[in-house]
Amino acid sequence: MIERFREWYENRHEYARSYKERTGRKVVGFFCTYSPEEIFYAFDVLPVRILGSHEVQDVTEPHLFGMFCPFCRDVLAQGLKGRYEYLDGISIGQSCLHLRQAYTSWDIHRNPGWSHYLPMPSHVQSKRAVSFLVGEYRLLIERLEELTGRRIDDDDLRRGIDIMNRVRRVMKEIYELRKDDNPPITGEEAMYMTCAQFFTDAREFLPVAEEVKRELTTRKLDRDPGKRIMLVGSENDDVEYIRMIETLGERESVGCTVVIEEHCTTTRYFWDEVELGDRDPLTAIAERYVLRTPCPSKDWPVRTRLDRILRFAKDWRADGAIVLQQKFCDPHEADIPFVRKHLQDNGIPTYFLEFDVTVPAGPFAIRTEAFLETLEAEADLF
Amino acid sequence: MAKYPTEPLKCWTKAKELRKNFYRNFDQAHEKGGIRWMGSAWALDAVTCGLGRDVYCITGEPYGASCAFNRPLSARFLTAAENYGFSRDLCSYMRNYWGSILTDEYAFGGKFPKADFAFTQHICCSHAKWYQNACELEGGVPLFAIDVGAGPYPPFAAEMYEHRVRYVAEQMLDAIDWMEEITGRKYDDELFLEGCWNDIRSTHTWAKICMLNRAVPAPLDEKSIYSLYVFGTLQKSNGEFADFYEELLEEVEDRVRRGIAAVANEQARVMTDTQPPWGFLGIYRHLETWGAVSIGSLYTFGLEGMWLYDEEEGEFLPRPMPGDKPKTREEACMMLADWHLSKPEYQHFYHPEYKTKMMDAIARHWRVDGIILHYNRGCEGLSTGIAENRLGLLERGHKVMTYEGNMGDEREFDEKAVTNRMDIFLESLGLKRPG
Ligand code: SF4
Ligand code: SF4
Repeated sequence: MIERFREWYENRHEYARSYKERTGRKVVGFFCTYSPEEIFYAFDVLPVRILGSHEVQDVTEPHLFGMFCPFCRDVLAQGLKGRYEYLDGISIGQSCLHLRQAYTSWDIHRNPGWSHYLPMPSHVQSKRAVSFLVGEYRLLIERLEELTGRRIDDDDLRRGIDIMNRVRRVMKEIYELRKDDNPPITGEEAMYMTCAQFFTDAREFLPVAEEVKRELTTRKLDRDPGKRIMLVGSENDDVEYIRMIETLGERESVGCTVVIEEHCTTTRYFWDEVELGDRDPLTAIAERYVLRTPCPSKDWPVRTRLDRILRFAKDWRADGAIVLQQKFCDPHEADIPFVRKHLQDNGIPTYFLEFDVTVPAGPFAIRTEAFLETLEAEADLF
Repeated sequence: MAKYPTEPLKCWTKAKELRKNFYRNFDQAHEKGGIRWMGSAWALDAVTCGLGRDVYCITGEPYGASCAFNRPLSARFLTAAENYGFSRDLCSYMRNYWGSILTDEYAFGGKFPKADFAFTQHICCSHAKWYQNACELEGGVPLFAIDVGAGPYPPFAAEMYEHRVRYVAEQMLDAIDWMEEITGRKYDDELFLEGCWNDIRSTHTWAKICMLNRAVPAPLDEKSIYSLYVFGTLQKSNGEFADFYEELLEEVEDRVRRGIAAVANEQARVMTDTQPPWGFLGIYRHLETWGAVSIGSLYTFGLEGMWLYDEEEGEFLPRPMPGDKPKTREEACMMLADWHLSKPEYQHFYHPEYKTKMMDAIARHWRVDGIILHYNRGCEGLSTGIAENRLGLLERGHKVMTYEGNMGDEREFDEKAVTNRMDIFLESLGLKRPG
């Protein structure tokens, strides 16, 4: 069953096209995890995240000045190359400047007929953020009414919340299994899972994930897990890199398993659920997005991410953390010295890698191996 | 080959004096029992006025530009920031600023004066992070930042939704409570109302001054504008600065009446975009040798000046001041929020098309022959969408050239290559190579 995640990840466009045919539903592409998927589900619109294809591309040059991150270039290239031609709309929940440029250039040159910019607040630590966001959600709902020709009520929103909460919960349960001494799922497989969720209807993803969870309880991987590694940082769905470092042990004296990550493709995206209780569903959704683990561009005045990162590292018993950053990713660059210091002060060695999604993963794997060797040397010492 | 009479600005000495005092006041604030705060040039500085008349600030962007102007000093600051672990592609003002703290060196002499608190705003990804890190590097200074990323202003949004204005205004009210708590001072609403009005007065008057540059010959060139727009970036709510702008307005009106030019042989007019490479302002003199005057930019006009874009007319005009002064703290917060959310330089954070429209209006109404875009590696905020601006301006029939550089990191500017490029562009505008 676990293979299904990889198939969905690799065949994301085929899935979406056939989904539209099967269901007659609309599909909207979203650019950042600050889009409230619950509201899209309430309208029975399928939200799919737009990720890059990790190919060297040359179509974004006239649209994006060279100092913006390779991820946003890769995302824009997907639009300019017509890979998402089946979309009925595009939307962004305001996040970093880089990604919003991918969105706006797409809006200018490949607008599928509907687009919506959601000014998601950045001052998420302000008591004013939730009511502002509720106001913005009301505007989004008006726009979705235009797109779909239908109206929704609180029950629809509760349904949307339930759909998203259930997939979040099952992924967290699977992540719990990665705490094992020999995790039954590799980091690569986990990344396929979390990203597959971006591309599929959560209601179709859920039974597969439940089945995978059952299978994992008895699964034994015939491999030495090696060092337990945490990944922290910018957007990352570089499965090839993860595969390369997780297979180092087959070729080299030291190997590793990625046991936990803090990326917007993994835990930053799904860890927090909507706490509905008997409250107004729109407020509950807004609270979830305001209180979730923030992107560093929203993590101020207090740098709240640090404690969660450390807790993940401790709970999943990471031997070391690789701090990954997309080249030019300013929000992460402003945090990195402090993230590294916090982990190091608390006994977790770190290694820094500046990534470029469009550049081959090989050299990064070699550098990672060198880091693993230093972890091995430290272990030998004691 | 002088075509027009020219003369220096009379208020130049006063401008220099005001700026010098500003930085000195910040340095010496503690000696007088006053308070020091740091924050962005876009901070809603009027909010701090209610703490008393002895409250002085430093704003990071003009400070960063002053560092960049002194290239050896800036090199030391940038290296210190990099050695600390900050990436070289981060905002170069910010790196100069952090470097200044790390080396404990004030660009105007002596040790870097530590702030008592930080008060800033956030729309570019780096704004709040800048002071979050500065506060940490200064050993734990309290920080309050106001998120102004609440969406575009009409006509770019269908209407100015009340919840957006309220979001910004309520953060200001929270900031006031916070300031009382951390300073132990009682907040004086009268002083706040005065600061609020000064802010509106200075940002409105600056726009009126820039309007006068529609005249041919242009009474001001952009290099001089840089020395004048700076007061808006230092402290918009400063009464002396608002008064100075009113004086300056009169002087520029007089220059227009008398046909006084900034550049005596004005033959062509260009406009620019984003901050210039501060260590290389000589490129503006180079333009003048060709008879080209840079009349300004959306950046110099609209970084602090307040304007409104008229979609139907394609016009760009100073935003009229509100009819009445605010009477209460709450009213002042709502008024300031609404006023600042219309800032032209905020709009492109939501879509490059909004900026292209305003630039197109400037190019047409200020009779611009060519547009020079600085692809500024030092500022991701103002470079956001700049490549689409280029495409949009070309589509609208403008002549556009671009060059790459960095406002605050001299290692990323190739002066020779840029002036060569400018020469080719100026020639294409029909100008004759200077003999
Ligand atoms: S990697 Fe960084 S800069 Fe790029 S989209 Fe993500 S947060 Fe933005
Ligand atoms: S990158 Fe530009 S807009 Fe952002 S803080 Fe720096 S100077 Fe300001």
